Amino acid sequence: MSILRKALATAAMASALMAGAAQAEQLRIALVAKALGIGFFEAANKGAQEAAAELGDVEIIYTGPTDTTAEGQIEVINSLIAQRVDAIAVSANDTDALVPTLKRAMDRGITVISWDSGVAPEGRQMHLNPSSAPLIGNMIIKLAADELPEGGDVAVLSATTTSTNQNTWIAEMDKIKGDYPDINVVATVYGDDLADKSYREAQGLMQSHPDLKAIIAPTSVGIVAAAQAVTDAGKVGQVNVTGLGLPSEMAGHVKSGASKSFAIWNPIDLGYSATMIAYHLAKDHATAEPGATIPIGRMGEVVLDDNAEAAMADPFVYDETNIDEFSSVF
Amino acid sequence: MSPHDSRLPDHPTTAGRHIPDRLTSPAARALKSWEALLLVVAIAIFIMNAMASPWFLDPWSLSDATFNFTEKAMIAFAMAMLIVAGEIDLSVGAIIALASTVMGVAMSAGAPVPVLVLLGLGTGLACGAFNGLLVARFGLPSIVVTIGTMSLFRGISYIVLGDGAFTGYPAGFAWFGQGYVFWVVTVELVIFALAALAFGILLHRTNFGRMVYAIGNNATAARFSGIRVDRIRFILFLLTGLMSGVAAICLTSRLGSTRPSIASGFELEVVTIVVLGGVSILGGSGTIPGVVLAALVMGLVTFGLGLMNVPGIVMSIVVGALLIGVIALPRLLAMARGR
Repeated sequence: MSILRKALATAAMASALMAGAAQAEQLRIALVAKALGIGFFEAANKGAQEAAAELGDVEIIYTGPTDTTAEGQIEVINSLIAQRVDAIAVSANDTDALVPTLKRAMDRGITVISWDSGVAPEGRQMHLNPSSAPLIGNMIIKLAADELPEGGDVAVLSATTTSTNQNTWIAEMDKIKGDYPDINVVATVYGDDLADKSYREAQGLMQSHPDLKAIIAPTSVGIVAAAQAVTDAGKVGQVNVTGLGLPSEMAGHVKSGASKSFAIWNPIDLGYSATMIAYHLAKDHATAEPGATIPIGRMGEVVLDDNAEAAMADPFVYDETNIDEFSSVF
Repeated sequence: MSPHDSRLPDHPTTAGRHIPDRLTSPAARALKSWEALLLVVAIAIFIMNAMASPWFLDPWSLSDATFNFTEKAMIAFAMAMLIVAGEIDLSVGAIIALASTVMGVAMSAGAPVPVLVLLGLGTGLACGAFNGLLVARFGLPSIVVTIGTMSLFRGISYIVLGDGAFTGYPAGFAWFGQGYVFWVVTVELVIFALAALAFGILLHRTNFGRMVYAIGNNATAARFSGIRVDRIRFILFLLTGLMSGVAAICLTSRLGSTRPSIASGFELEVVTIVVLGGVSILGGSGTIPGVVLAALVMGLVTFGLGLMNVPGIVMSIVVGALLIGVIALPRLLAMARGR
């Protein structure tokens, strides 16, 4: 422990010496990506810059390793600790391997949060999830229902039978099915997140349920395969494909009408919210403890659960009005 | 440094027989040596870093910075001897993954820290022995063998772990990768220094070291001189495996966890340090002090650029340019002098 105390003393001394010249009252928040050059994280940086402009006294340091390795990310975080940034917001390449380094950052007085891809609880103050299972479960059935004012048959095309994420989302969807009485979920099939198997399962759904009005695919592989199957079967306009997908992969199918709309997190909002949270924690406007409420600017606020995790918002809906803007991003 | 060490690149020896070049004084030769060049580069980078970033000249920052190279450099010493002998081992990153996985399995079964350390070292030795056997006994080219074992060793880790991870190493285990001997001097830095000393003595002060140079210059001639070439090659692979085991202990301890992707890409960074250290990739020449300096240069460059938040891809370009520049410089000077 004495080493830590010495570290703190050294850091405090040095920052006192340099306070006047180098810092100029700017709060420096580091947004650490899994790797640089990935559209998703570049978009998150855009959101972080937006938050910085709104807050005024914030400088964003957007950085990350070349490859998505834990070792590379640790080197980056070490150099951020050496620069004594005020806050680190990281999307982790490894839940556990970053913990010792991030603990050291916290020991030296740096605010540490994770976003998108989390760090184990002992290595961060809080974690920001883009959404939550109940919100996603609700969103995927809502997207199907919104296009079916008079109701109808819909089917689910999932990943594998053991995919934790998809199973949770479908279970959440089942819980609130009662809110959409005109929507009949007639079947759930599994495409194993393989393009060809998902395609055949989607074909099978259309053959065995001739009145099928929508396919819900809460997987980025399944939704593309289903949209392709609908297009190939000439059923564009009869069967709507929706669920969770990536704008870059879905742009063509949205334009052809095979998919009216789909959802996924918005990386810009995520970078924006992570910056807002890091700012408020570093400024001691809020503390990261279970039950705490932290404001996130235009996105409202988040409430931390027992693991100090929070869900940002409903998944963001993409349709023909905004697909072009995002298809180049991720 | 013994007077036999530096073989001037302009005067290749023939048939492994080496006639010491005494035309220049040892002092003049030391000034013109690769190590002197690297030392100048290291000092220049140090000064540039200190001027470019107000955060650089802080003992704790510099201490953190040593983690950028200590583990890779430990392996680089053994790799340097292997490359001097005309062989190479590209499986070192995979050996780390496998050694770390074995330690993780033992840790899950409740093994205490000393057992974990022994298993880490033992796995490294076993992997080194496997490589060495294939190269020395069956006469296979080391680059082919170790490209194969690179996939093999890491593949085993992936089979054991899948997308999971071993976490929860005992508190005492954290000492190796996160502990300090005194003040800012980390345990890893001390291991690095001890390894440098041991390998420096082994290569430059023992018969074994002389034989390694002899094999690298001309393996056939060495064999006819009575050197047991295959045995020495085998021992060199053992040493590389052992040092990979040491690095695996340090890295696993520093990360506090094991994933099969641990230490991916280490092999190329290790070889980069060795080559930057002035070890001829064709074998036969190079020194341990050169490798030490190269490790320092790499650590200083990556940390200095990191402090300026230079994107990693630009960092790779700088490291590549540095490597080519430092290697090309003596050649260019020699060409200029020849004209």
